[in-house]
Amino acid sequence: MARVNSEFIDEIRQSETFDAAACMHCGQCTAICPMGLDLLPRQLFLYVGAGLEDKVLENRETIFSCLLCRLCEENCPRDVSIAEDVRFLRNYINRKVYKLARN
Amino acid sequence: MGLDLPKGGETVLYTGHMYQMIPTLMSVAKMTSMLEDHWLGKSLFIGRTLNKFINLSWFIPRFHSKEQKRYDEYLRNIVRLLRAADVGFGYLYEEELYTGALVRDLGVDDVFEGHARKVYERLEKHGVKRVITVDPHTTDMLRNIYQQVIPEYSIEAKSYLEVLRERGLEPKTDLDSPVVIHDSCVYARYLDVVDEPRHLLKKAGATIHEPEYSGKMTYCCGGPAESLFPSKAHEIAGKRMGQLVDMGHDVVTMCPICLFNLESAAEGKGAAVEDISEYLVKAYGI
Repeated sequence: MARVNSEFIDEIRQSETFDAAACMHCGQCTAICPMGLDLLPRQLFLYVGAGLEDKVLENRETIFSCLLCRLCEENCPRDVSIAEDVRFLRNYINRKVYKLARN
Repeated sequence: MGLDLPKGGETVLYTGHMYQMIPTLMSVAKMTSMLEDHWLGKSLFIGRTLNKFINLSWFIPRFHSKEQKRYDEYLRNIVRLLRAADVGFGYLYEEELYTGALVRDLGVDDVFEGHARKVYERLEKHGVKRVITVDPHTTDMLRNIYQQVIPEYSIEAKSYLEVLRERGLEPKTDLDSPVVIHDSCVYARYLDVVDEPRHLLKKAGATIHEPEYSGKMTYCCGGPAESLFPSKAHEIAGKRMGQLVDMGHDVVTMCPICLFNLESAAEGKGAAVEDISEYLVKAYGI
């Protein structure tokens, strides 16, 4: 069962870098991805937008598979900073799951 | 380096250790791909705890010194090229630090920021105002990323390919060879360095063949996935190598990670992958 996590939504909203709200889910990114990641970034950004933190955390391997090569960004009609958004999610997972924050 | 470069100065060559690290990465990659499907691989998470007590890097097999020499030679090529272009520069020697690019890619931001500050302080200590970089990842860190995390950062960073082009260096020898160009994702899409390598190769007489995915639309070598998903990285490298071989057999790269990854996928394809500095030094070097 998918559960909406309002704290997760707040954290995303407070971020100055996460700009996936502009995504219109056209799927150009998925079509061109060298890793062949079906989930990334389109569906993943839907989970984030809906505050489905558990869905995001379930897909950790996919999030860490992204090459950050930005081929998807070259083809994005909404100029979403896809690689930076993926890096944002990695940072979130590192803090929440792996407790990798220094403090 | 054995090249009698002055230590420090306002302009320094900043290698960021990327070329020097590749032979070690080769050993690590071999080990991780062995562990990927092995039962021991499932226990790797224990390493995080264990590493607090035992330095696990002791168990990484040592690299081949022949490869180390080869990758060091690329840096010597770059020094020769910059000298041919009459560029004055120093080097930080053992005080040069890695920029932390991989830590940032993995999203460990506060560790990266602490490290970036350490690198910046080191550069400040030596009065560095400009850095000449040799690979795309270090260039991106020192040109774009450090200024995002260090407000007072104002060091100018340029790749040696940009510096050579600006200087209008004239070739001494004609290369007269066809090459297939593989753009680095970071050079092409993060830094807009697309024309510089083409200009330098063309001016030296090389005929450039462009693969289907090239320039701004270049295709990743798979390298960034190497540390976490080696088999996937190898699959992408194979795919990219296929696209390149369709256009010719002498492939030229401009990033050490691309070089390493594509070369590991070149076996049996009758292709040779070589760093751009190797071509350029033949044409322009002293």
